[in-house]
Amino acid sequence: MRIRPVGAHALLLDCTAPADVPEDDVPEADLVEAWRAELWRRREQGDLTTVDIVPAASTILLDGLPDPAATTEDLSRWAPTVTATARTASQAGGSYGTQVVVPVHFDGPDLPAVADHWGVDVPAVLRRLTGTRFRVAFCGFAPGFPYLTGLPAELALPRLATPRPRVPAGSVALAGPYAGIYPSASPGGWLLVGRTDLVLFDVHAEPPARLAPGTDVRMEAA
Amino acid sequence: MTGAARIEALRAGALTTVQDLGRPGWAHLGVPRSGALDPSALRLANRLVGNPERAAGLEITLTGCALRLTRATTVAVTGADVVVHVGDRPGDTGRPLSVPAGTVLRIGPARRGVRSWLAVAGGIDVPPVLGSRSTDTLSGLGPPSLRDGDRLPLGQPHGEPAPVDLTVGTAPPPELHLSVRLGPREDWFTPTALDRLLSTPYTVSPVSNRVGARLAGAPLPRAVAGELPSEGIVLGAVQVPANGQPLIFLADHPTTGGYPVIGVVTDVTPLAQARPGTTVRFHGPQR
Repeated sequence: MRIRPVGAHALLLDCTAPADVPEDDVPEADLVEAWRAELWRRREQGDLTTVDIVPAASTILLDGLPDPAATTEDLSRWAPTVTATARTASQAGGSYGTQVVVPVHFDGPDLPAVADHWGVDVPAVLRRLTGTRFRVAFCGFAPGFPYLTGLPAELALPRLATPRPRVPAGSVALAGPYAGIYPSASPGGWLLVGRTDLVLFDVHAEPPARLAPGTDVRMEAA
Repeated sequence: MTGAARIEALRAGALTTVQDLGRPGWAHLGVPRSGALDPSALRLANRLVGNPERAAGLEITLTGCALRLTRATTVAVTGADVVVHVGDRPGDTGRPLSVPAGTVLRIGPARRGVRSWLAVAGGIDVPPVLGSRSTDTLSGLGPPSLRDGDRLPLGQPHGEPAPVDLTVGTAPPPELHLSVRLGPREDWFTPTALDRLLSTPYTVSPVSNRVGARLAGAPLPRAVAGELPSEGIVLGAVQVPANGQPLIFLADHPTTGGYPVIGVVTDVTPLAQARPGTTVRFHGPQR
């Protein structure tokens, strides 16, 4: 864990294992998730004052800190506990929040391409996707767009060389090590495997994102 | 039937949006902060008409606009150097103006600077989205940008206009000097890149918008090849995409990004008035 400065009112908590340190036994994603949960809890209980807590692939941004120096000290103090929590969760197969089942029509135009990349047939792709326990690692790209982790690293996929000008809302897609779901229509370069009718972002809902960071997600053939 | 008082866009102009102080606090769900590009200018306009500082006004870009209000009210315009007309009468920026019902209010094209903020007593009363009435040009949250003929509801005036306020009209300087703090990813760049950033001039590019000010100048070479996993972005982050030309993120910036951020600009508000071609110099602790 390393704390990087970000301007005058923010800090970036970097969970990437430094290259010169022997391999840590806690996977990066579990460390990020443990920090996210801990920081949200600390804020809730009044130990941490910050406007935004933004988890991402291997970092967490704290933005809108009244006193970043003081928070740096707090983070160092909290680190051993968080690492221990992450290690325990990782050994137990990961820590997960609320479970959401996403019904998916698996009729995406890129299913054959995904099958090719994975060296399997299309039914095996569907078995893999419906059999994976996903977690929302973070949101980004668009309001409510979840980056879902859970697929093994060796199944990482390239993006389309030329992004589609319009990907329909509800499209279930894969890129890199992630699965994602487009909450609204937008241009996009991810490989499309299906679509869901689930509403992912509703400004009147609480929380507005159906799949917020930490959520446990399973896909089910609709 | 009498409806609520409204403001009508006779000529919406190049880009006129509803803006308040934005919706910070939702970045973890991928929701940009948005809000007026120069919050202090919007706050001032609001104080001048007796609004709470966070009331929504209009952010008007470059070409100006023409508006009509259905009730007699007080307005104030701050920001760029523009000529304001209430009917045929010229009015000053930076002070409260009384506008009779039905009279056309014209905000002229910016003579210097880019953006003006118009506050109307009572504020623009479109429904708030996640606590803000701001148009977010990146995600599409909030009301769409104004088109000719649009009518927006006005809220009830809150109180007396501020009797005295500081309205120092400051012309945008020909050259912007921005203070930058290095990090979080300055280690992804060569010493040459850091030196160039802090010693050579950059120029604001014409493709700049509410998302970011794109700059052109000496490219910033990377020390680390490959992709940076997506990470959280702050207002003022100086991101360096593959072409090495820096981009300073403004209010409608995405919440995460995959290009390394070499540093963070302390105060981005001067960029709200920076026209394409404006020279930008960065100042850091190293020099």
